[in-house]
Amino acid sequence: MLTRSFDKVEDILEKYGYRKEMLIKILLEIQHEYRHIPREVVNYIGVALGIPPAKIYGVITFYSQFSLNPKGEYTIMICDGTACHMEGSMNLVKVIEEEIGIRPGEVTQDLKFSLDKVGCLGACALAPAMVINGEVYGKLTPDKVREILRNIKERKAE
Amino acid sequence: MTTTTEKRFDNAQEIIKYIDALKAKKEKKLQKKSIYVCVGTGCTASGSRKVYAKFVDVIKQKGLDVAIEKIDDDDEPVKRTGCCGLCSLGPLVKVMPSGITYSHVTVDDVEEIVEKTLVNGESIERLLLTDPISHQKVERLEDATFFKNQTFYIMNEIGKSECESIEDYMARGGYLSLAKVLSMDRKEIIEIIKASGLRGRGGGGFPTGLKWEAAYNSKGDIKYIVCNADEGDPGAFMNRTLLERDPHSVLEGMIIAAYAIGAQEGYAYIRAEYPIAVEMFNKAIESAKEYGLLGDNILGTDFSLDIHVKEGAGAFVCGEETALLSSIEGKRGTPRPRPPFPAQAGLWGKPTLINNVETYGNVAKILRDGVESYRTRGVQKSPGTKMFSVTGPLNLTGIIEVQFGTTLRYILENICGGTSNGRRIKAIQIGGPSGACLPEELFDLPLDYDTLKSVGAMVGSGGIVAITDDRCMVEVARFFLDFTKRESCGKCVPCREGTMQAYNILEKFTQGKATYEDLETLEYVSEIVRTASLCGLGKTAPNPIVSTLKYFKEEYIEHIEGKCPSGMCTAFKKYIISPEKCKSCSLCARSCPNGAISGERGKPYVIDQDKCVKCGLCVTKCKFGAIELVG
Ligand SMILES: Cc1cc2nc3c(=O)[nH]c(=O)nc-3n(C[C@H](O)[C@H](O)[C@H](O)COP(=O)(O)O)c2cc1C
Ligand code: SF4
Ligand code: SF4
Ligand code: SF4
Ligand code: FES
Ligand code: FES
Repeated sequence: MLTRSFDKVEDILEKYGYRKEMLIKILLEIQHEYRHIPREVVNYIGVALGIPPAKIYGVITFYSQFSLNPKGEYTIMICDGTACHMEGSMNLVKVIEEEIGIRPGEVTQDLKFSLDKVGCLGACALAPAMVINGEVYGKLTPDKVREILRNIKERKAE
Repeated sequence: MTTTTEKRFDNAQEIIKYIDALKAKKEKKLQKKSIYVCVGTGCTASGSRKVYAKFVDVIKQKGLDVAIEKIDDDDEPVKRTGCCGLCSLGPLVKVMPSGITYSHVTVDDVEEIVEKTLVNGESIERLLLTDPISHQKVERLEDATFFKNQTFYIMNEIGKSECESIEDYMARGGYLSLAKVLSMDRKEIIEIIKASGLRGRGGGGFPTGLKWEAAYNSKGDIKYIVCNADEGDPGAFMNRTLLERDPHSVLEGMIIAAYAIGAQEGYAYIRAEYPIAVEMFNKAIESAKEYGLLGDNILGTDFSLDIHVKEGAGAFVCGEETALLSSIEGKRGTPRPRPPFPAQAGLWGKPTLINNVETYGNVAKILRDGVESYRTRGVQKSPGTKMFSVTGPLNLTGIIEVQFGTTLRYILENICGGTSNGRRIKAIQIGGPSGACLPEELFDLPLDYDTLKSVGAMVGSGGIVAITDDRCMVEVARFFLDFTKRESCGKCVPCREGTMQAYNILEKFTQGKATYEDLETLEYVSEIVRTASLCGLGKTAPNPIVSTLKYFKEEYIEHIEGKCPSGMCTAFKKYIISPEKCKSCSLCARSCPNGAISGERGKPYVIDQDKCVKCGLCVTKCKFGAIELVG
């Protein structure tokens, strides 16, 4: 598993020519690949790029797109931008909590779902909005959210 | 048909001729039967890509090629267009040549649209947009009051431009300016931008020409150019819209700016949360290279330029220019003191020009159509137009373009058609976390950089949020401080600790625990954060507090006195059981997670307010509607 994972990391490093200034893009791709930045990988790219791991951790913790702990198979990003907040996005957070038992920043125990609060997704005209694995859902109501989550849960059961 | 490699142009005259030919082709194209589907973020979220695929399918299946003549092999009958600005009505579909536009189109409507509208030119009443101002059905988008009352400069050709096609951009006169300026003296270009009075659209409104001049005058063999597309305001998406619908207009502006200041390399810093914008801009870069408009020896001159896309990774402070540059270098995005300004020492210490997406979006037009034409819109000190994203409970919301000097009231009423929920708009939030909340008395002020500044607000990047009287202004301030306290990079104490303190106080207000002393502390903390912070984030973070304190102080006082006037802060509310309606079924008591409800058969149940956490679950359980929220 680990050696295989380093192959992927190698590919990503190679793609960006082992250039230091591409660190953020490299981390974005690693985050995308593993749904988090594994600690072994931090050391590995530190050596490969010649950046002290402490510096890399500094970058990882600075930007909200990165996480050191794994995200769920379904990453839910609930928008809490101005428009969505005014339209009651925080009620939806409660609904999600009722439905799958996690709060923003958390992951379900089976690693199926993770939930994060984000600023504007650019779909304000459809507020309140959320994104699950890249797909945008707009004009949400508590019922709509429940339905979306239940559909995903059923999809998994199959 | 020419192949891509043959399209590389190595002199300006040739491309100017080619552009003329494309213009004629576009004219012809718009006379032919074709369909434009909006694939911007809003419409995509409403399912427009499925609608697009269905159109392609249906047309293929029906073999309508005879009815739908193509201009050439490149010309597909179903086209993808960028955000039209009316995202709340998406998916939007426009049928040419009639221009009939439909809103809320679903996959099930596609067949009918092809048969009735595309083939026979008839309109389908049910899918037409009802103008909320004239109350009439409108066939063509351009005839809706929403569009008629805007002033277009950089957003024209609504719904009939092909966002991914460089040729479509050229057919609209794109890259003519680049072809023209490459034979001009660099100083002359800068003089034109100065004369236009163009001001930076990224928030501050700094004169663009002066910034270019400073970068030009900076000594150094290596210079950089940067486009700020971080758009961190959590309630605005103008930059994203422009990048999605007309990426080449921004790219052309960047190339011209690079030429003018003598830069050889450039970066567009785009938020990773904007995948469609990233994709469109990358495509634009690729096609510009194919056509010899970017890369080595642009249009056969000795000017060479490379442009890369850098994705941001989710940090608001990275919109601040020095933080952004540090982020491009692959580091934490923390601001540093200025001077030196980026124009003197920017990326890797080299002179760097940094402008906003929309600023670049104006450049090519100004050089093509002239300074006079640019200055016919707007006001003396803020000439031109500005894109705004307008959201909130209004009849129409989305992206608009108006000239500077337009009033908020005009936007709310004559463009967006007033409120959709019948409530009164009591405030406008403008400028995002660095911006302010303006009361109704100020809705008639002209929107321009200097007027807004004089009332403690700012244009910011252009987010406008309408707030109706059922929303709480203290909660609005709390929301923004929650945002800035999380986004503070932590480098300086006043910002890091001050925003946290201010937030805690605001939370006391919304939870009904604030005192008059808190009101004073809040004013005091705001002042310190404003004056002692290093970068713009901290300096402007108190604006939402200061403006709500100035214009809506009575709401703060009412919170101290034990009431949220809008009814939004749930802390002031309580759930009670109506003794008349309660049938003593005990369902609510069994569902309450906190055991706050008790009672016995034959008597109405009661809620123990000390135990109740106001989750509202009991309300959903009661079959008799006996539980109400009051306060
Ligand atoms: C906290 C903070 C956030 C900012 N965010 C943005 C942004 O998202 N987009 C932007 O263009 N400018 C932003 N700015 C302004 C930039 O620092 C800079 O002034 C601007 O990019 C210059 O471009 P312009 O002259 O074309 O406006 C921000 C400034 C601060 C202090
Ligand atoms: S004002 Fe805030 S965001 Fe700006 S440098 Fe200081 S701590 Fe960082
Ligand atoms: S609102 Fe929640 S906590 Fe309060 S009584 Fe109802 S169910 Fe119980
Ligand atoms: S569920 Fe309704 S009717 Fe039943 S005990 Fe509770 S309040 Fe009374
Ligand atoms: S505020 Fe939620 S999408 Fe813009
Ligand atoms: S995304 Fe289609 S109108 Fe905005």
